[in-house]
Amino acid sequence: MNDLTQAPVRDAAYNFAYLDEQTKRMIRRALLKAVAVPGYQVPFGGREMPLPYGWGTGGMQLTAAILGDDDVLKVIDQGADDTTNAVSIRRFFARTAGVETTESTPDATVIQTRHRIPETPLHADQIMVYQVPIPEPLRFIEPSETETRTMHALSDYGVMHVKLYEDIATFGHIATAYAYPVMVDERYVMDPSPIPKFDNPKLDMSPALMLFGAGREKRLYAVPPFTRVTSLDFEDHPFEAQKWEECCAICGSRESFLDELILDDAGTQSFVCSDTYYCAQRVSQQEQGQ
Amino acid sequence: MNQALNNQLSVSTEPLLRVRDLSLLYGPEKGCQDVSFDLYPGEVLGIVGESGSGKSTLLSLLSGRLPPQRGNIGYRDKQGQWLDLYSASEAERRTLLRTEWGFVEQNPRDGLRMGVSAGANIGERLMAQGVRNYQQLRGAGLDWLSQVEIDPQRIDDLPRTFSGGMQQRLQIARNLVSSPRLVFMDEPTGGLDVSVQARLLDLLRGLVRELDLAVVIVTHDLAVARLLADRLMVMRRSRVVETGLTDQILDDPQHPYSQLLVSSVLQP
Repeated sequence: MNDLTQAPVRDAAYNFAYLDEQTKRMIRRALLKAVAVPGYQVPFGGREMPLPYGWGTGGMQLTAAILGDDDVLKVIDQGADDTTNAVSIRRFFARTAGVETTESTPDATVIQTRHRIPETPLHADQIMVYQVPIPEPLRFIEPSETETRTMHALSDYGVMHVKLYEDIATFGHIATAYAYPVMVDERYVMDPSPIPKFDNPKLDMSPALMLFGAGREKRLYAVPPFTRVTSLDFEDHPFEAQKWEECCAICGSRESFLDELILDDAGTQSFVCSDTYYCAQRVSQQEQGQ
Repeated sequence: MNQALNNQLSVSTEPLLRVRDLSLLYGPEKGCQDVSFDLYPGEVLGIVGESGSGKSTLLSLLSGRLPPQRGNIGYRDKQGQWLDLYSASEAERRTLLRTEWGFVEQNPRDGLRMGVSAGANIGERLMAQGVRNYQQLRGAGLDWLSQVEIDPQRIDDLPRTFSGGMQQRLQIARNLVSSPRLVFMDEPTGGLDVSVQARLLDLLRGLVRELDLAVVIVTHDLAVARLLADRLMVMRRSRVVETGLTDQILDDPQHPYSQLLVSSVLQP
C-alpha cells in the first residue's frame, strides 16, 4: 500500500506505457472502429506482454494504447484493489508510464478491471477496460470462427437462446451467473467478459466508455457511452440479477455484490463486498457519522 | 398410385422447385451435370444411383450449400414469389434453410447438436425464428417427440444417450418443427438395422402425407425409394440417365443402367 502514496517515477528504459508508438496507434485505430460499431469484435495485432495470457494481456494492451500523461489509473481484480493481478498491473503502468494510480473509483480516469464493474456509479470522463478470456459469445455452441463471424454478420442468433433454454430445462431457471450474453444496440450479441450478471444492468446506458480486450484471441470490442445493452432472456423467464439474503459483514451493504467466505471446517459462511473500495468508503463514512 | 399422383399434380400446377441445367464437376464425369427437373408441392422425388454417381453433390447444390458452376434453381416461397437460390443473398438462403426447408443428414450426429438436450434441439429453429417463450418451446418439444414416437419424458436427455434410430427420428423432428414445405434427405435410413429402418420409413411416409411435404430423398436403397418416392431420377456418372414414376422405373426400366440397378436387388 505504501508505494501508492509515493509519486510514481517512469522508468526511461521503456517507451511510454511499454508498447511502441506504432503498436499503440494500431490499437487505437482498432478501438475507433470498435466504438463506431458497438459490440463488434475487431481483430488487432496483439503483442507479447511481459506476463502470461490469461493474466490480462488484452486489457493491458488497450490500457497502454489509451493512457496519457495526466491519466489516473485504477486496477481491480474481482472487485479488489489489493489482489496480485491488480497490484502487479498497477505497478507495471506506474513504472512504464509514470501515471498516477489510485484505488478511488471517482478519481480514476481509466479503470482496468478483471470481472467486475465498480459499485460506485461511473461518470462520463471515465474509461473502463475489461480483460476478456473468450470474446466470442457463440463459441460454446459453434467452434468454427468463419461460421460465428457469418452468424454475427447475419444476426443469426437463435443458438444463443439454446443455452438459456438448456439452463431452464436443467435447473428450472437461467443458471448462467457470469459472462451472461447481452445484445448491444439491438445488433450484436456480445460477451460482457466474465462479469457477474449482477453487473449487466450497469452496462446499459452507462455514461462511461467500455472497452474490452482479449489478448490471446487478439480481439477487441467496445460499448460507447449511452448505448442500449440488454441481457438475453425469455418472456416467461426474464433476466434477473443475483440477490443475497445476507448483508456485507464489514459495511452492512445490501446493494453490493457479495463474496462468500467459508470461515471454518464446519462451513460457517460470511459475506463481504467484492468491491473493496466501495466497502472501505462505507466503513469510513459510518465512522465519521459516529 | 398414378391416379392419386395425377390428382395431386392437377391441384398444385405450379412447381415448388424449378431446376435447370445444374452442373458442378470436380473432374470429367465426377460431380453432377445438366440436371433439370421440376418438383411440385407434396411430391417426393427419389434420387437413386451407385456410390460416386453425384447424388449427394446434387443434393448439396439443391439445398443451397454448394454453389453450382452452371445452371440455376428457382424456389417458389410461401407468398408465391420466385426466388433464384444462388442470386439471393446468403441471409435469405439461411432463412430459407431454417424456415421453409429442412435437411436430414445421413448421420444424425451431423444434423443434431449433440451437446444440448433433445428439447433444445427441437426448439432451436423456433428460437432462431424469434420465439422467446419457454413454455411454448417446451410444448413444441413434447409435441414433436411424441409425433416421432420418442418418449416425451426424454426431452431433457442428451441425443448421445439415444439409439441411432431415435437420433434419426429426433433429427427429423428438429427439421419439421418449423413446418417446412420442402425437406432434403440424404440416405435417412443408412446405417440403421432393417427393422428400425422399416419403422422409420413408416413414420416418414406418414409425416410426408400428413404434412403435405415436398421431399427430395437421396438413396441407394431401391426399397426405400419404392416405399417413399412418387418419382425417381436414376443417376450414373454425374448424369441423370432416366426419370419417371417410381413404379414405372422399378417395374419397367428402360435405360440399361436402370435395368442393371433393378435386377441387382436381392430378392429374399
